[in-house]
Amino acid sequence: MRITCPVCGERSAAEFSYGGDATIEMPALDASPEAWNAAVYDRENPRGAHAEFWQHAQGCRCWLKVERDTLTHKISSVALVGKAAGKGRS
Amino acid sequence: MSGVRLPSGGTLINRDRPLTFTFDGRSYTGFEGDTVASALMAAGVGTIARSFKYHRPRGIVSSGPEEPNALVTVGEGARAEPNVRATTAELHDRLTATSQNRWPSLSFDLMSVNGLLPPVFGAGFYYKTFMGPTRGAWHVYEHFIRRAAGMGAASRKPDPDRYEKSHLFCDVLIVGAGAAGLSAALAAARSGARVVLADEGAEPGGWLLAETARINDIAAADWTRAMVAALAAYPNVRVMPRTSVYGYYDQNQLAAVERVTDHLAEKPAHLPRQRQWTIRATEVVLATGAFEQPVLVDGNDLPGVMLAGAVARFAQAYGVAAGQKVVFFGGHDGVWETAVATADTGVGVAAIVDPRAEPATDLVSRARTAGIAIHAGSAVVRVTGSKSVSGVAIVPVSASGEITGAVEALNADICATSAGWMPAVHLHSQAGSRPVYDEGRGIFLPGEPRERWRSAGACHGVFGLKAALADGAAAGRDAATEAGFKTDDAALPEIEAEREPSAPVILRSVESPRSAKAKIFVDQQHDVTASDVTLAHREGYRSVEHLKRYTTLGMATDQGKTSNVAGLSMMAGLRGEAIGAVGTTTFRPPYTPTALGAIAGRDAGHHIRPVRHTPMHAWHLANGAEMIPAGAWMRPRVYFKPGETLEQAYIREARAVRESVGIADVSTLGKIDVQGPDAPEFLNRVYSNMFSTLAVGKARYGLMLRDDGILFDDGTSWRLSETRYLMTTTTANASPVMQKLEFLLATVWPDLKVSLASVSDVWASIAVSGPKSRELLARIVDDIDVTDEGLPHLGVRQGHIIGQPGMVARLSFSGELAYEVYVPARFGIEAWETLLDKGRDLGISPYGLEALGTLRIEKGHVAGSELDGRTTAADLGLAGMLSKKKDFIGKAMVNRPGLIGENRQVLVGLTANGKGIPNGAQLIRSATPGAVERSLGHVTANAYSPALEGYIALALLENGKAMHGETLYAADPVRNRHVEVTVRDPHFYDPDGSRMHV
Repeated sequence: MRITCPVCGERSAAEFSYGGDATIEMPALDASPEAWNAAVYDRENPRGAHAEFWQHAQGCRCWLKVERDTLTHKISSVALVGKAAGKGRS
Repeated sequence: MSGVRLPSGGTLINRDRPLTFTFDGRSYTGFEGDTVASALMAAGVGTIARSFKYHRPRGIVSSGPEEPNALVTVGEGARAEPNVRATTAELHDRLTATSQNRWPSLSFDLMSVNGLLPPVFGAGFYYKTFMGPTRGAWHVYEHFIRRAAGMGAASRKPDPDRYEKSHLFCDVLIVGAGAAGLSAALAAARSGARVVLADEGAEPGGWLLAETARINDIAAADWTRAMVAALAAYPNVRVMPRTSVYGYYDQNQLAAVERVTDHLAEKPAHLPRQRQWTIRATEVVLATGAFEQPVLVDGNDLPGVMLAGAVARFAQAYGVAAGQKVVFFGGHDGVWETAVATADTGVGVAAIVDPRAEPATDLVSRARTAGIAIHAGSAVVRVTGSKSVSGVAIVPVSASGEITGAVEALNADICATSAGWMPAVHLHSQAGSRPVYDEGRGIFLPGEPRERWRSAGACHGVFGLKAALADGAAAGRDAATEAGFKTDDAALPEIEAEREPSAPVILRSVESPRSAKAKIFVDQQHDVTASDVTLAHREGYRSVEHLKRYTTLGMATDQGKTSNVAGLSMMAGLRGEAIGAVGTTTFRPPYTPTALGAIAGRDAGHHIRPVRHTPMHAWHLANGAEMIPAGAWMRPRVYFKPGETLEQAYIREARAVRESVGIADVSTLGKIDVQGPDAPEFLNRVYSNMFSTLAVGKARYGLMLRDDGILFDDGTSWRLSETRYLMTTTTANASPVMQKLEFLLATVWPDLKVSLASVSDVWASIAVSGPKSRELLARIVDDIDVTDEGLPHLGVRQGHIIGQPGMVARLSFSGELAYEVYVPARFGIEAWETLLDKGRDLGISPYGLEALGTLRIEKGHVAGSELDGRTTAADLGLAGMLSKKKDFIGKAMVNRPGLIGENRQVLVGLTANGKGIPNGAQLIRSATPGAVERSLGHVTANAYSPALEGYIALALLENGKAMHGETLYAADPVRNRHVEVTVRDPHFYDPDGSRMHV
């Protein structure tokens, strides 16, 4: 698999670390145990389109949001997250 | 079987270059260009191997990678490679080949008695015998079965060969250099695209090299060689012979293995044995060809029963006659053409047997001219012979296959069958497209592409030379166009007219008149018979996946290239359904067996991952240190003095710390520079305890929790300024902590103004510990006040050490008065040696991980073996570090029902009377060694304590706090240890911490 990092360009997936399900929003630190329980343990296992976090750990170290098809592994979009969102190569 | 070298011919061999080799110790001669199979066949060797379960004699079936039977071990000693297909192994001078799975010898095999009792090893044998109520029988019979059923044995010695891994990018990858592949390559090459043409053969060309037709009025083999040379001359084309593309992965990533030196008698030292290629292709042309399928008849595993095309290919390509009385059998025109072409090379062809009553007249007259007897409207029902084929029994059959007359015996030494050609759709299937069955033609075709590939030639049912050349050119143009290149229409080569084949009968197996006694082998490599398939059906294993697993059909090293379709068609017949409805199993990589060494490449032994060295590494090595791996690092375990045991060495080192001063290399700790106006708030959120209140110039021990409330990491963070901290982590978690912090700042709290930098490698860190540490430190610092007032407990000072900018923090892991000294990494050795030099009169000693561990166990400090991913802060007696004044990661989950309560295993200390406490031992109540009892906990760390003069340990123990004072047993039945221990508080030494506050 290859991922096109918005900063570094197309690279082998071996340079990236998987960072989990990007559809899960982390609750506030003072949120209820139930909300945290849901965020930590409840996961869908979708067949098809899915959003994931990946870090370009052996490159720019940016965290990326990757839209990937779990069936075909086809990647439809890669975007920087957080402060850097919207920046990078287009 | 009585193979012999023909007086002339052989497009692949060079008769001027004879080679000698041995098979089972006997010496033979072959020619350059031979395979082990063709050379053995030419030498008249018929039996090559013994079969997997029944030890039946087996010969050569095919001429290529699909070979089910002729597996040999090539090479000797550490270089012995088992299960090599003799049909693809290139001969070289002094090659040694050995037959497999026979005892005591290939011709006389005691184990072949199994063959008299086929039901013993019938379908489902393992499941029925060993997985049911008689499961215990496995232990009794395992040894016998492992010896009886098997293939070649791998060498137990380390692989002395070198392998490489390489990456390749191209616009168009063409897999297979037969007629279609070569034609595709030329079309793509002319467009200027970067083209890779990979072919598994010794010489690109595939079946073209054994083709009798003329192309552009020259011999096909000559045309092929000229074509390959022309392609290789293109600067944008890379021709890769001996390269098997064995895997098709997502996004057009393919894997291939190139055999670099296997075919050479002298292996140049600078070359790897094999090279593993990762190929990323924009577009792929799959020109993988087709595999001829056998007709299954009674007695079909006798040496001498071969595929029709293989008999022709051995004659045309290697100049070898498989026999002198070859009988061809099949229900399609291709068998006739093969038979006539074989006869034309000088091989004695006795007869053609075809179930069709009226074969095409032109074929009949050509066969007659070649002197071949014709048996139309007949079928071979049995192959006879004891150790090899001596004859075949044929019967007249009707159009629907019923026997209509008496059995007639024909003399034969080879029975060559053909049920037509099955497209090689392995890579297509790996790429996610299920094959589709074409009922009319009786073949599987590739499914709709999901990756960027297209097929060319026989692999998608386009048979015939002219059609393959045209189809290849079209595929090559299409691939290049899709990759963004401009293509043109080059003229196709001229070939003489091919005849249109007449309607075939799809004939895959023939029932034997002696039905119950018949031995029809479907999967020869795994000894799966037709009756096994029937049994599977009768017992309800009717889906193809069940059939495969119940009978092991298609699960051998050939992955059923010549047996899957026959097995499927039998099951379809038993179910009364069409083959298309029964389906096919999924093909998975590798397409052909691949050496694990090639997949590992150089990532083997200590190269399996990078090894990290601290700045003081060279000093440790030069001064008696025994180094041990700690995560990615190498760290000193102890520094031996002459004659010392490990225990004596670490006790001496630990004693130095307790009594005078010791230094330890702690450079491996993770170090993260945290800066920004929100750094205090950030640390408050990631640590369970408060960091915003930490004064500048002070350090604090902190705990990090995971989201789920389990302990993640611990370490000290030092406040260097209002907006800057130096965070330290454990050695093992340096990278995970950094990654987690980066994740939080990027995705959860992008509003926090904090920047992070890993500075682990920037600093050399030295722990200076012991009652005389302050005295020593004062001798090496330039401008730092290290008095108790100037540098109080947990104080941090920046300044100069041995003339270099550095830091000193007063921290203690050992419980003694102690400091951590940080100097720039490149001055690590200088600082280390200066400390030892200036501390000589104080009785200084360097200390390693064993002493470090002993000192921390004496203090009851936790480390990685207690932070094991299951423990909470409360389990380790650190509940007081969970702040109640603020929120932090993991807080919400830390009081979940499962993480609290009396049943939790908590940290305790253990003592033993005069005996070492085995690390990892389980804690039980029974005094009886070997007692089977529920474990109450386990030992996490052990040591001999010089301070307490006794053996101590830390342990995690159920309801441990209430167990202080009780007697338990540390049970380690694996190492035969059972030690009485007393439970106590884990703080063995100086529990009130008075020694570090001096």
